[in-house]
Amino acid sequence: MAITVKIPAQLRAATGGEGEIQVEGSTVGEALDAVFEQYAGLRERITEDGTLRRFVNVYVSGEDIRFQDGLDTALDDGDEVTILPAVAGGA
Amino acid sequence: MPPTALQCKECGSRYGLDARYVCEQCFGPLEVAYEAPQADAAELRRKIQAGSSGIWRYADFLPFSERPKDPLEPGLTPLVKADQLAERLGIGELWIKNDAANPTHSFKDRVVAVAAAKAQELGFETLACASTGNLANAVAAHAAARGLESYVFVPADLEEQKLLATGVYGTRLVGIRGNYDDVNRLCTQLCEERPWAFVNVNLRPYYAEGSKTLAYETVEQLGWTLPDRVVVPIASGSLFTKIGRGFTEWLELGLVEGELPTFNGAQAEGCSPVATAYQEGWEVCKPQRPDTIAKSLAIGNPADGPYALELARRTGGTIEAVTDDEIRAAIRLLAETTGIFTETAGGVTIATLAKLAERGDIDPSERVVAYITGEGLKTLDATRDGFVMHEIDPTVEALDAEFATATSAVAAH
Repeated sequence: MAITVKIPAQLRAATGGEGEIQVEGSTVGEALDAVFEQYAGLRERITEDGTLRRFVNVYVSGEDIRFQDGLDTALDDGDEVTILPAVAGGA
Repeated sequence: MPPTALQCKECGSRYGLDARYVCEQCFGPLEVAYEAPQADAAELRRKIQAGSSGIWRYADFLPFSERPKDPLEPGLTPLVKADQLAERLGIGELWIKNDAANPTHSFKDRVVAVAAAKAQELGFETLACASTGNLANAVAAHAAARGLESYVFVPADLEEQKLLATGVYGTRLVGIRGNYDDVNRLCTQLCEERPWAFVNVNLRPYYAEGSKTLAYETVEQLGWTLPDRVVVPIASGSLFTKIGRGFTEWLELGLVEGELPTFNGAQAEGCSPVATAYQEGWEVCKPQRPDTIAKSLAIGNPADGPYALELARRTGGTIEAVTDDEIRAAIRLLAETTGIFTETAGGVTIATLAKLAERGDIDPSERVVAYITGEGLKTLDATRDGFVMHEIDPTVEALDAEFATATSAVAAH
C-alpha cells in the first residue's frame, strides 16, 4: 500500500523539513516503522517502549486510530496518516 | 515574577517565550516558567491589594514582564456563601465562585484576556480559537475590544444562544460539520498554515495561565486562606490543573499557608474520558465520542487529562461523572437555593457536589468551594420542562382560582 504520512511542523527538524513522507505499509504501525527507517530521530520522539507517547495523536483519513485498532489499524492504498500533537485545545 | 521560558511538562526542555505549545523533543505540553519574585510575601500582597479590580491585580503571576493594557478586564467575580444549598446537601461550609459574572459570562474571559494580550505583544493581528461555545463568545468579544480580526471555529450543532452571543461581535464564525475534537484537529492543522493566534492552540501555554486567577481570587476572597476542598468541572482538564497550580504557587511563595485542597473533578457521563480513566486506574485517557447536554465540557480527547488524574489522586480527590438528568436537576437546585442560574457545566459541578455529599465523602468540618464557570442563559434548553407557567385571565379571581386549584391538586396527591 502506498501511504502518505503527514509530519507536523514541530517534528520537521527530524525530517530535514519534509512535511509529507511516502511509504509502504498495510497498517499504521508498519507505515510508521517505514518512516522511522528513513528518519531514525523520529522514533523516540513519537514512541516510547513500542507504543505512542501519550501526547501524540495519529489519524487515518481524519479518524483517531484510538477509535480504531491503534497501531494495528489497517490501511488502504492512498490513505493519509496524520500525526498531530495532543496538547492543543480546551473548550 | 517575570516569565523566563516555555518549559516542557514532560521532559523539561526549554524554549523561548513565543507562540508555541508543544515540545519538539517529546510532544509534551509546554508551560510558562517564571523567575522567583524579588519581593517578599507581604510586598506581593500589598501590590495585589493596590491593583486593579480584575485579573490584572495578579499581573505579577501572569506571563508578562509589564502589566498589559486590557479594554475588557475580567475577574474578581463574586464568591458567595451558599448556606441554603449547604444545608440541603449537609455540607458544613459551602461557597460558590460565580464566574458567570464576567464580560462574556464565563471563566473563558480570564484565559482569553491573557492570550489576547500576549497575541498583541507578539505582533499577531488575528485571534482565533477552536471552541465549544464559551470560548467563542470570549474570543469574539476580546478581539472586538482590542480591534483585532478574529476567526471562531465551533461545531455547527452548538446551542443557538452561544452562536448568537458570538456572532454579535462581528467575528468570522465558522461552524464545522463534526464534533469539538474534529474542530480542534482542524485548528491544530490551521495553526501551521495561517499566521493567526489560536488562543487555545499555539498560545495555549499563556492562555492556560489565566485560569490560575480563579485560585488567587478564591484565596483572597476567603481572607487569605485556602478551602479544604474544591469541585471543578473538567473538559480538557486545563482549568482543573491550573487552579491547582495557582494554589501551589501561592503556598510556595508564602502568600497563603496550609495544604493544597482536595480536588474533585466533574464530568458528564456522556463525555467522561477523565472520570473513566480515574475509575479504571489509568494514567491516560481513552478518547470518547461526546453525547451530553453539557456541550461546553464535551471534549472527548482531553489534552490535560493525565495531569488532572494526577492532581485528583495526589490530593485525595476523585473525578466523577453525572447523568444529563442529574445535571438538569442540579441547575434547578443551585438556582432555587442561591439565585445563581448556571449553564450545563455548572449543573455538572453541582450534581457532582451533591453526589460527593450524599456518599459521605465531605466531612462536616470542611470548607468547600464549587466553581460555576458559565451562565444559564447560554443553555436555556436544559431548563425547559423544569417548571410550569400558570396562565390566567387578568383578574384577581382568576389568580385565586388558579392557585386554589393548584393547592387542592397538590393536596389531593
